[in-house]
Amino acid sequence: MTSGIQALANTVGQKIRENSRPVRHDRPIGPARWPVIILFLPPALMLFTLFVIMPIGEAAWYSMYNWTGYGRPENFVGTRNFEVLFRNNAFRLALWNTGLIMLVSIVIQVPLALWLAMLLARKMPGVVGFRLIFFLPYVLADVAAGLIWRFVYDGDYGLFAALFGFFGLDSPHVLADRNVAIYAVLAVVVWKYFGFHMMLFIAGLQAIDRNLLEAADIDGASGWQKFRYVTLPLLGSTVRLSIFFAIIGSLQLFDVVMPLTGGGPSNSTETIVTFLYSYGVMRMQIGFGSAAGVVLFVICVVLAFTYKRVLMRND
Amino acid sequence: MTLRFDKRTLLASTGFALASLMTVGAASAQTEVRWMHIEANAAYLAVWESLVEQYNAENPDVNVTMTFLENEAFKARLPTLLQSDAAPHLFYSWGGGVLRAQAETGQLMDLTDAMMENDGEWANSYTPASLGGLTFDDRIWAVPYQMGTVSFFYNRDIFDDVGINSEDLTDWESFLDAVEQIKDAGYVPIAVGGGERWPVHFYWSYLAMRIGGQEVVDNAKTGAGEGFRHPAFVRTGEELARLGALDPFQPGYLAATWPQTLGYFGDGNAAMILSFQNTHPQQANNAADGQGLSQDQLGRFPFPSVEGGDGLVTDTLGGLDGWAVSAGAPPETLDFLKWFTNEENQRIMAQNRMIIPVAVGAEDGVEDPLMLESALQLGASTWHQNYFDQDFGPSLGRVINDISVEIVSDNMSPEQSVQMLEDEFMLQ
Repeated sequence: MTSGIQALANTVGQKIRENSRPVRHDRPIGPARWPVIILFLPPALMLFTLFVIMPIGEAAWYSMYNWTGYGRPENFVGTRNFEVLFRNNAFRLALWNTGLIMLVSIVIQVPLALWLAMLLARKMPGVVGFRLIFFLPYVLADVAAGLIWRFVYDGDYGLFAALFGFFGLDSPHVLADRNVAIYAVLAVVVWKYFGFHMMLFIAGLQAIDRNLLEAADIDGASGWQKFRYVTLPLLGSTVRLSIFFAIIGSLQLFDVVMPLTGGGPSNSTETIVTFLYSYGVMRMQIGFGSAAGVVLFVICVVLAFTYKRVLMRND
Repeated sequence: MTLRFDKRTLLASTGFALASLMTVGAASAQTEVRWMHIEANAAYLAVWESLVEQYNAENPDVNVTMTFLENEAFKARLPTLLQSDAAPHLFYSWGGGVLRAQAETGQLMDLTDAMMENDGEWANSYTPASLGGLTFDDRIWAVPYQMGTVSFFYNRDIFDDVGINSEDLTDWESFLDAVEQIKDAGYVPIAVGGGERWPVHFYWSYLAMRIGGQEVVDNAKTGAGEGFRHPAFVRTGEELARLGALDPFQPGYLAATWPQTLGYFGDGNAAMILSFQNTHPQQANNAADGQGLSQDQLGRFPFPSVEGGDGLVTDTLGGLDGWAVSAGAPPETLDFLKWFTNEENQRIMAQNRMIIPVAVGAEDGVEDPLMLESALQLGASTWHQNYFDQDFGPSLGRVINDISVEIVSDNMSPEQSVQMLEDEFMLQ
């Protein structure tokens, strides 16, 4: 029996290799294609330069000035903003929290989404309804979700107050506790975004050749074995993509946190972007905020490129 | 995807485009005055709107339009807005270091000449203290709107039940004793909005004022003398930590917003709140039943003095707010502002419990007894200090907010807090 599954695993492996064999586009750019390039490249290139390249360059430039955001930056301070930034406890906490969010997204959110997707990819009555319900949090506006959860967590008038009150207990104020608030935020993040990953997985699962699963059934594979040796390997590229989105999303997390905690209490729920906003924009220290932005940019680029090069090179 | 236009859609869209062009044409015959405000209280807003309506009707060639931005969003967007073509012509200002920073960038209109015309007819229509607070280096940068003072408001029912007389709370030690007594009696002594941080900075500010006095605070602002190294600031932290050690605030105060806090107090859940002059209407507005505490249930007393401190109990902390005008605003903006803040209109706003007026002669509009008490305290003020988080400028001000919360919640020592203030001051 085991050898049958082994053979099946080999077939699966081969299928993956076939699918992911890099295709090279070596067609030379001949004179016939120049008009197309000249006509269609400039608009896209211009937009990209205007809205992506230039802001990045400007942020890098501002980050070397002590600048309030009014007029032109004139007070050059070199690398001082970066030195102050890395000495800043709130920023270190923001880095730590962002890492924690990333970890939880990968270790809890993605597996949870995969598990639910396995349940909901089957053809069963009511499946569409459940998909909709689980996808709903993702559709909700981030700020609205933050406000809703702020009310849920409220220990005086919120859902928590009602729940604990029902059992005759004093409700905790989770968002007011420095040691707990970040976990409350993490719960909301998982709740908010798992539906997105679940949808990715459902799409990936539906693309899997059912014959392979039937073959595994005939070989007498258990449910776990089918998952481990057929489904997961064939879903590999989707999993890697999903983790990639989870990482990028964690780095950019802002809109849920602001209405929920505003980064408090005592900066304990600050992320890199909320830090940038509270300490850069709100304090009229655009130079300092830009330095935080540059650090975020470097982290994003390094992570994204390393991940793509190392894990997604065949996808 | 392909787009198909049939004749009808094309005609309709051309018609629509023409119509919108014509509307713009019609509107531009009038001068538009763009007013950006942060008032979220519907009752207050209704008063303003009716005034604007009246002004627009009386001045057919001017159209005053109002745009709302939430308080924090306003502060965040203003720098960008002011430098764009969409800059508001008049907007709210809390004076102090922030107004000064804006003025220094050349984005504000210098109002001195306009207000000093005809022997200062316009300027003299306001109380000298209010005008002086919005003047830097002899130039006027904002039109005065209101003055306010922060003081303690208390729930008389709770005070009576515990057996505390507010008149005894003139010094910090008796205040702390009272907090303990209230706590022992099973009440929450103080409601505070720790989630927004600035409500806690009122405590730090008043303690610094009572302990250090005017000279020490002024020196900290300018870096003269010992600046923040003056021992008064460590003591300020120590006294604030003493208050925090009594655990005087409502559960979950570190996440509470200001409206929530007002509501908590208005619902009768806390004995005291350190708050603005218009606490009476505002707590009612935010209370669960929309009524809150009645006039008879509310009392008020000034922040107590601290033993050995150089400040006086008659020194006041509070707002001195005005309307700033952007550099490119049309002259009609000034005409509107002059009218909007005249004696008659300020009286109307005072009668509606919105403001303690700054227009000379409008003070009789203050009818709310608690507001009147605040107005009288202001009138007798020996030193009026603007909110620290505005006066010390946007970044140092926010550090004061931060350290106040950290000290009171036992997350930072008084020495560390002084170090943070000094570090931030160096960066300016």
